[in-house]
Amino acid sequence: MTIHSKTVGETLVKVEDLKVTATTDSGRKIEILKGVSFDVRRGEVLALIGESGSGKTTIALSLLAYARSGCHFSGGRVLLNGKDLMTLSEKERQKLRGNTVSYVPQSAAASFNPSKKIMDQVVEVAEIHGILDKAAARQKAIGLFRSLSLPSPDTIGDRYPHQVSGGQLQRLAAAMALIGDPELVVFDEPTTALDVTTQIEVLKAFKSAILDRGMTGVYVSHDLAVVAQISDRIIVLKDGEVQEAGETEQIVGAPAHPYTQALISAFEPVEAEPAGSRPASSAVLEMRDVVAGYGNVKSDGKPHIVAVDGVSLTLQRGHSLGVIGESGCGKSTLLRVAAGLLPAASGDCVLDGRPLRPQVDARGKDELRKMQIVFQLADTALNPAQTVGNIIGRPLTFYHGMKGEARDSRVIELLDMVRMPAQFRHRLPRELSGGQRQRVNLARALAAKPDVLLCDEITSALDTVVAAKVLELLKELQRELQLSYLFVSHDIHTVQSLCDEVMVMFGGRKLETFAAADLHAEARHPYTKLLASSLPTLDPTWLDNLKQDPELVRKFAHA
Amino acid sequence: MTVSAAPRRKLRFHIRPIAAICLAVVLFWAAIALFAPLLVHYPVGDMVSYDYFGPMSKEYWLGTDYLGRDIYSRLIVGARYTIGIAFVGLILAALIGITLGLFAAAFGGLFDTILSRAIDTFVGIPNLLLALVIVAGGGSSIPILVFAITIIFFPGCYRFTRSMAINVNALDFIAAARARGEGHFYVMIHEILPNIVGPIMADLGLRFVHIILLLSGLSFLGLGVQPPFADWGAMVRENMIGISYGSPAVVVPSLALASLALAINLLIDNLPQRIRDQLE
Repeated sequence: MTIHSKTVGETLVKVEDLKVTATTDSGRKIEILKGVSFDVRRGEVLALIGESGSGKTTIALSLLAYARSGCHFSGGRVLLNGKDLMTLSEKERQKLRGNTVSYVPQSAAASFNPSKKIMDQVVEVAEIHGILDKAAARQKAIGLFRSLSLPSPDTIGDRYPHQVSGGQLQRLAAAMALIGDPELVVFDEPTTALDVTTQIEVLKAFKSAILDRGMTGVYVSHDLAVVAQISDRIIVLKDGEVQEAGETEQIVGAPAHPYTQALISAFEPVEAEPAGSRPASSAVLEMRDVVAGYGNVKSDGKPHIVAVDGVSLTLQRGHSLGVIGESGCGKSTLLRVAAGLLPAASGDCVLDGRPLRPQVDARGKDELRKMQIVFQLADTALNPAQTVGNIIGRPLTFYHGMKGEARDSRVIELLDMVRMPAQFRHRLPRELSGGQRQRVNLARALAAKPDVLLCDEITSALDTVVAAKVLELLKELQRELQLSYLFVSHDIHTVQSLCDEVMVMFGGRKLETFAAADLHAEARHPYTKLLASSLPTLDPTWLDNLKQDPELVRKFAHA
Repeated sequence: MTVSAAPRRKLRFHIRPIAAICLAVVLFWAAIALFAPLLVHYPVGDMVSYDYFGPMSKEYWLGTDYLGRDIYSRLIVGARYTIGIAFVGLILAALIGITLGLFAAAFGGLFDTILSRAIDTFVGIPNLLLALVIVAGGGSSIPILVFAITIIFFPGCYRFTRSMAINVNALDFIAAARARGEGHFYVMIHEILPNIVGPIMADLGLRFVHIILLLSGLSFLGLGVQPPFADWGAMVRENMIGISYGSPAVVVPSLALASLALAINLLIDNLPQRIRDQLE
């Protein structure tokens, strides 16, 4: 492996007892960083890993001497080449940013100005700091495009941001960060918003650029597997404190801290039960040749934009069917069709042997009760103006006519079912954590006493450890209540650990359906293989050893 | 299983000093309007002094007007007209506007398009012109004034409510409610309305100021409250020549008008952050 042959030099950055405090609207002070210390040596990539709210982005931004509005540095020092960034004036800080330290943002799409050509934005940094003249900067940018393996490097700069794909834009953002030859590059979750197949391309480009230039980097991520591929050392953060710091091999291979161990074990996929261990009893939900989409229906009976194109599926009672695919493949639309929120243009939806009307308004109350949908983002799926008790209680009143004491005690039972204390029913959604909100979201669906749960990426927005707990809960509930799940996700690990069967979608069509245990079987569709092989593992050599058919990647990956 | 009572929710608003002062001014005028009959010294229409445009004195606290009437008493009763008519008009306009706005957002589609375009036609007519036409047609009486205000101000309430409600309507919890099979009315009242009520209240406050200014404008033109009664706008008009005598008769109602309008505006500008966040 090449990474270890790199020469790691003297200390470039020294962070000592860094404290950042935020002030809320009501004047309350919250410590985001409670005294963090670490070093970054020249020529190494240091990864900061942790859950949301662990302070990893706050640390990354402090390396640019920047604190988000409402936050301020309340203690400690950040030394870059021996100079304390905290004591710099605003003018000196501006000189530092983009020049000595640069930043690759999480969402490149939101960071590019949509009305300016890419090249002008990439070379802007060099112009502002007066490092290079325009022609030289352009030449350098083209060289960077080439080394980041962007297609047609000579002309891609003449396009506008909307004319390139998400993965390309992310690499262009990296080019923008590198143009000033910074001493330190801060990567803030640069691949989190990308599909797995795209992520590979971007990671490969980043890694080779880092090796070629002997770059010093700080890589922020929540994904241990991604970090394992790219970093030399890892710092594990939680609640603004360092939990563990060490070489990548040690953290991934032999974690010492209990929290790191929990992170690693949450990551490892639980092996699916062998196929056929649970005999199929009867179909509870069937969808046949469903076509759905957006816009007016054209003369051929299809909508203007087709999102789901002739998909059929069968969900057995008490089983789980996972639907996987990358963004835009129509998997969420499929769920909305099943729930009746988006009426299908053609095709049938059969619940318990009885055909359902396409629109939700036309369906009977009992039909609606049997099938409940759980949305991805619990933040927007719960009414912020209602208490948890009212949110969970409404389906009880609506479907079962429960009132007063009976309803209240059933709410407590449901909260207990999703492992939450009874007192939580008086809280508002904003007073809950992300995982708790998702549990309430689930409890509301369970309140209806459904047969089928339609789950739309319900663990995607959660941190690894929390997501693992929610998955565990789903499995227990399935055993206790004989539930059937139609589980949409982009994450093969999640689907594999929960589902009996897996359906793969691409471009609105179903590619294949197979038993979850047979994921790695030879007979799989090439795209399924590509998806499965694109998922990073904790093995630090995985990316270097990865071999993918370039023909296949070109055909299916959006990079 | 013991069912515990819900704990009392504390309103964790951080109130700024300027907002507190403005609120005090608004409440002061509201109290004056409410208790006007108890506070007056002389009947409103009575000429109590031979001294027209008289100065402030022990007998006549704020001086006398061009007919020798007591400004203090007229100001207090004027508060009743100005605030009362504006308030009733606002409530009616808000009721119509908010209801239609929620309907438009919840039903959407063709219903929304037709309703919105129909209401837009009202917006095309300048406020004062529309008011003049209505008053010219119906004569100047308090019900006609209230009617004119309602007609002029409900389209604004409608558009504001609709735009806020459409934003909320696109969120997942509305989709969850619809997937559950809830009707339009439940979605409107229980899911959408509680989430937009703060910004709507703030918007109504600003509209109240506009109404007061429009009403005063009408009175200034002599089309508002008719003599011998007068609201603040009418008081300014009838005492206009007093300005060259240095009489308080014209300054006092102007100040009253300005203080109320300014207080409401500043109060809304300095609302607690939580409501302002929703506004933006």
